[in-house]
Parts: sequence; C-alpha cells; structure tokens
Amino acid sequence: MSEERAREFWRWEETNWVNPDIDWKDGEFITVGIDVGSVSSQAVVMVDGAIYAYSNMRTGSSSPDSARNALSLALEKTALTEDKINYCIGTGYGRVNVPMADRSVTEIACHAKGANFIYGNTVRTVLDVGGQDIKAIRCDDKGKVTNFLMNDKCAAGTGRGMEVFADLLSVPIGDVGDRSFEIDAEPRPVSSTCVVYAKSEATGLLRKGVKTNEVLAAYCAAMADRIYSLLERVSVEPDFAITGGMAKNRGVIDRLKKKLALEPLKSRWDTQLAGAVGAALFGHALCMKGKGRRG
Amino acid sequence: MITAGIDCGAKNTKTVILKDGKIIGKGKVLTGFEQSEAVKASLDSALKEAGITHDQLAHIGGTGSGANAITEADVRVNDIKAMATAAVFCFPKARTVADVGAEETRTAKCDEKGNVVDFAINEKCAAGAGAFLEAMARALETSLEELGTLAMGSDKAIPMNSQCTIFAESEVVGLIHARTEKKDISKAIHDAMASRIASMIRRIGVNPDIVMIGGVARNPGFVTALKRELGVAEVFIPEDPEFAAALGAALAAAQHGGN
Repeated sequence: MSEERAREFWRWEETNWVNPDIDWKDGEFITVGIDVGSVSSQAVVMVDGAIYAYSNMRTGSSSPDSARNALSLALEKTALTEDKINYCIGTGYGRVNVPMADRSVTEIACHAKGANFIYGNTVRTVLDVGGQDIKAIRCDDKGKVTNFLMNDKCAAGTGRGMEVFADLLSVPIGDVGDRSFEIDAEPRPVSSTCVVYAKSEATGLLRKGVKTNEVLAAYCAAMADRIYSLLERVSVEPDFAITGGMAKNRGVIDRLKKKLALEPLKSRWDTQLAGAVGAALFGHALCMKGKGRRG
Repeated sequence: MITAGIDCGAKNTKTVILKDGKIIGKGKVLTGFEQSEAVKASLDSALKEAGITHDQLAHIGGTGSGANAITEADVRVNDIKAMATAAVFCFPKARTVADVGAEETRTAKCDEKGNVVDFAINEKCAAGAGAFLEAMARALETSLEELGTLAMGSDKAIPMNSQCTIFAESEVVGLIHARTEKKDISKAIHDAMASRIASMIRRIGVNPDIVMIGGVARNPGFVTALKRELGVAEVFIPEDPEFAAALGAALAAAQHGGN
C-alpha cells in the first residue's frame, strides 16, 4: 500500500521527437516556439515553417528553467545549437519569463495559429483544455482569433482537475479515458462543480460501493458537461479541433463529442504542441518579413 | 423548558441542550457518511453532558445541510434563520452574521429580533469555505490550528494569484520552493480567503455589529484578516462559534414550544 501511495498517478510521459525527413542545414529560417504552461511546457523547433523537433515536459517551479529545459530536450537528439535560431517566441502562462525569447505572444493567438497548422485551415473553433484553464477560441482560415472565452479561475474541467482525480482514484492518468468506458451503464455525472467538493463526492461514492471505473466515468461526464457549457457560449462552428492534454482523454472527449453531435478533427501531431507550434509559426512569419535575428 | 438543537453539517454534527436560555450540554461528532448515526451520537453526547434523558426534551430543532437526516427533530429551521437567531441571542446588537463552515459560507443581515432581512450563500466553491484553509494547511504541512497562529506572526502582504483551491495548492508549493517564510505564506492564505468572505459580507452590507460563527471563527489569523479587510475594529464571536447554528435551532425549538 505504501508503495502504491508513493506512485504518482497524475504523471504523464515526457517526450521529444526529431523529424527524420528534415535537415536543418538546408533550411533558411530556424524558429522556435516555447509554450510555458501552468502544468506542461513544450518547445517546437521549425525549419522554414515545418516541424523539425519538439519536446513536451512538465513545468517546474521556475518558468525560465522550464523554458530552458524544454528547449534542451527538444534539441537533445539533434546537432542543432541555440545560436542557429533565427527567432524565438515565448507563449503560455509563463511567456514573459522565457529568457531566450525575442518576444512573447498570447497563448490564445498561438493556439489558434497552431491549430490552423496542425489540423488545417478549415478549423473555425478550437477548444484548448490545458492544465489550469479551458479556452474556447473562434478563428478564421488564417488561424486569426475572431472571438474567445476562457475559464482560468477554477480547476473544474481543467487538466489539473483530472490529475487530482487520477491521484485520488490511483489510476494512471493515461488509463482514465479507457477505464471510464469499462462500465455497465453510464452513471450520473458528479454533481459538484468544485474539484475539492467533487473529491468528497467521489470518496462518498466509493464508500457506497460504486466501482472506481464508474466514478471515473461520472467525473469524465461532469468534465464534458463543464466544457460543453463553455463551448456553447462561443457557439461551435465546424470544423472543430481540440488542443491541449485533455484531447488525449477519450473519457472526456467521446462524451463531449456525443453532446456536441460533432466529430473533432484528427491529427498525427501531439495535441499539446499547438501553442508552441503557433509561436514558432509567428516567428517564421517575422523572419519572412526580414525581422529575424540575422534578417 | 429544555430543548435541543441539532446542526448536521458537512464536516461535523453539533448538538446543544438549552434550558431556559442557558446551554447545559453540548455534543460534537464527525458527520462522516452516515448522517443519522452522527445525529444520534452527538445528541447522546450532549444529553450525557447535560445529565438528562431524551424524554426530558420538550422539543428538538434541526438545521444544517443534513437537516433531513435529523428524524428526531419536530421543528426544522433553515440555516440562515438559525444563524441569525443565535447571533442576536448572543449579541443583541448583531446586524450582520457570517457563518464560515467547512463547505459553505453564509452571510445574513438581520433585525433586532433576529429576523433575516437579506442573505448570501456560497456552497459551490471551496475557495470561500473552511475546506480552503484545510487544503492550504496540508500544502504547508502544518495543522489547521497552527496555520492561523502562524499568520499572526507576519506583517508581509504577499498576493495570492489563484482563487481556486486546487490552483492555490500549486501556488503555495511554488512559494515554498521560492523559500518564502511559512508565516508569510500563511498570512497570504488568510488574506486571500478573508477578501472573498468580506466581499460576500459587502453584498448584504457591512452593518455593525458584525458576528462571525462557524468553526473558522476559532482561527485568529482569519478573524484578524477579516477585520482588516472589512476595516472594522471588532468582529464578535460567541464562546463556541461552531455550536452557534445548533444553538439557533434550540432557541427556535423553545420558541415553537412557547407558541
């Protein structure tokens, strides 16, 4: 049991990746986007507007260190060095504390731009479910923001809320989605909005003999409800795309899809990259205008 | 006449035995998951303290979020009425009452008879209830009792950016990593919560005297922060603030018997 308690069920895998089809030496502009979020940080390296390398890791207690660590992890498997970078943009919650950035851009703009790249220019509504906020963004075919709504005050519906639940129920966060469907019947959603109260409610359900998977289902359903009501307020125009870590949790996303009666677009890219991709693209656009470091 | 008042709350269930306007017995147990058992246990313990038996009770008043589980009660009082009655009973000049409990905060404006004129309730968000302080005590690895005392030793004003309890936990961990002193973090925690409760009080108007009841009233760090936030010299607190709603129910039961 003590070993069980010591496991960190909320912990998700940190990754990095290099595109084998691109040689950075052939490129004209190397741009970097670093998204320092409240929970996770990503660095995306682009060569002439194509994704060359990236990293995805947990944000530490200091934003500058998190930005540095994310960039080193992204460059780890490459021969590319920082001095070759033509432009670097910081975004996310810690965007003003990215030491190597030439400038910062808000995560709203970056997510819209990034979703436009990752999912294609037919995207009109982007839902970003991040670690400590939910954003519903409307954008045009250029990935330019036309309207948005955000909840960043309350953990209900955010990734952090799901991490708290994974920990409470001792279920690895990557398994939450699948396990929430290993049930006999769809339970009633957890009724408390507040994550603190939802935790007490879940503990109560467990004591009554409700199975862990059913409690997961009840929480996933509550999260889907919460996200749905935010989306309703901006009104969803297709095509619809989801970014951020929650896009990987089918327990929430499949239930949300059902409520929306709409299929979100799919992509081969990691959904957590959208913000950093958008930032790197803004950097590329500036280089094209001759505003790069060696422009 | 002897009456009992039972307040079945989210965290604790409290009973007060009242004889001719004097408290002669009190009982408090954790509510847990079986509310009716907690009700019985707290009533038994209060009766024992008073040295009387169940059949000597003329009436039993029930209140609190679990009031429906109090099958013993023949008088039911809503939480707001119970808190206002108790506040005016303890402090006749009370016109504003704040009850900060484990999972709910209620504020009420009342007249000299203890009638409720206006009220506000937060039962949706832990950031404005005792649960916030409990979570913060855990994050700071200190006891709830010590948390309030710690805050008294600080004169720094560190702003907390998060409202949400879950986010504030991470923020407190961040402050610890930044080597902020424990007492300063504790004050920041109390200031943040006091500003939320103060805004709930302002919604119904800050009319002296202000009375605070509920378990959080025992926390000197919070009471100091609330006074500072409201800009008042005094916030009146009854002797056993966590029993106030039960007292209100016992008073209402006695009144019911008089009619």
